Amino acid sequence: MKPLVEYALRLGDDGLVLGQQLSEWCGHSPMLEIDLALANIGLDLIGQSSHFLKLAGDTEGEGRDADVLAFHRDVLDFRNALLVEQPNGDFAQTIARQFLFSNWQELLMRELMRSHDATLSAIAGKAVKEVVYHARFANEWMVRLGDGTEESRNRIIAGLEWMWRFVDELFAVDATVEELIVRGVAVDPRLLRAEWDARIAQALAEATLEAPKPRRAASGGRSGHHSEHLGHLLTEMQFLPRAYPGVAW
Amino acid sequence: MKAAAHAETGEALKDRVLEILSHVPDPEIPCVSVVDLGIVRDVREDALVITPTYSGCPATLAIASAIRSALDRAGLGRLRIETVLSPAWTTDWISEEGREKLRAYGIAPPPHGAARYSLRDAPAACPRCGSPHTEEISRFGSTPCKSLNRCLACGEPFDRFKCH
Repeated sequence: MKPLVEYALRLGDDGLVLGQQLSEWCGHSPMLEIDLALANIGLDLIGQSSHFLKLAGDTEGEGRDADVLAFHRDVLDFRNALLVEQPNGDFAQTIARQFLFSNWQELLMRELMRSHDATLSAIAGKAVKEVVYHARFANEWMVRLGDGTEESRNRIIAGLEWMWRFVDELFAVDATVEELIVRGVAVDPRLLRAEWDARIAQALAEATLEAPKPRRAASGGRSGHHSEHLGHLLTEMQFLPRAYPGVAW
Repeated sequence: MKAAAHAETGEALKDRVLEILSHVPDPEIPCVSVVDLGIVRDVREDALVITPTYSGCPATLAIASAIRSALDRAGLGRLRIETVLSPAWTTDWISEEGREKLRAYGIAPPPHGAARYSLRDAPAACPRCGSPHTEEISRFGSTPCKSLNRCLACGEPFDRFKCH
């Protein structure tokens, strides 16, 4: 597979999977405002994803468009990070996941605007304006939950504890990315780590929380080794176009 | 009529297309047209260039299809619709007229020159009573482009077009 196809799939699958998860909160959130916010964030992510998947399909040149890539690939073909396929859990777990992801995605998109690939740069230029608000939303809720009641505090600590093991994968580099970094196409995520650490530390301090203790990191999503959660998510997300091929409104 | 349309070129064509599109409303905020919103970027001999507001704005498809119908009705079927992502749309491209229409419709328009990575906008003037004493309830509103606000003077909740 061409490196750019692989890279665009990774970016697209992150947004698609997380957007699908967030959409599950629609109608179930603790308050109307959160309902609207999570639905909007999910919508942004799915929109960004459709642009990345279109780029993947166009670059591949085998006639697969964004919908085909979203709805007609199986678990092993998905390239999202393990973090985004972690279940919504309770609201705190959802916020912990968003907090870690959005702060990373904002830094990533800001750098990706400088990509030598014009399409990646254009998508990132739109995305970064959206992701700024996702990160702010998540950061504010970290503070409310961490510095809230005993109950909210315990829940956000538990959420962070679970999600923390999936962070390192966001900053990992393999041969595919290495090649694209050299060509000025991909962002070197290792260079984002220090700023990400500082942002996270600042938000956690404001939330009167401590970073979880380092633990053995889990990875594999970028090469298609996923947790069982992704399969369940895909059965729901892909049901309609698979059961009724070619269906249209 | 159609033959005449084919003969048009350059500025004349551009003016006519913009006039046609000034009657195509945004499907979610029908008080403003797609021209007011600033999503029409260019008119060429063979194509109309538009840009989406937000990456995932669900109105994008509806807008493209409404534009298609309007062009076809005017005998401009030869114009393709091309979507570009860059430069990214900003609320600075909303016209003065569009801002007034938003205000009259009850949506606080975005301030000018605010297309930056701003996280906190100055409070909007209430579109109902004009009071500057308002607060943001949620950054995320009924559509991707709007936030939820409340007027502290007249008590009315209102939408605001986010600076973007």
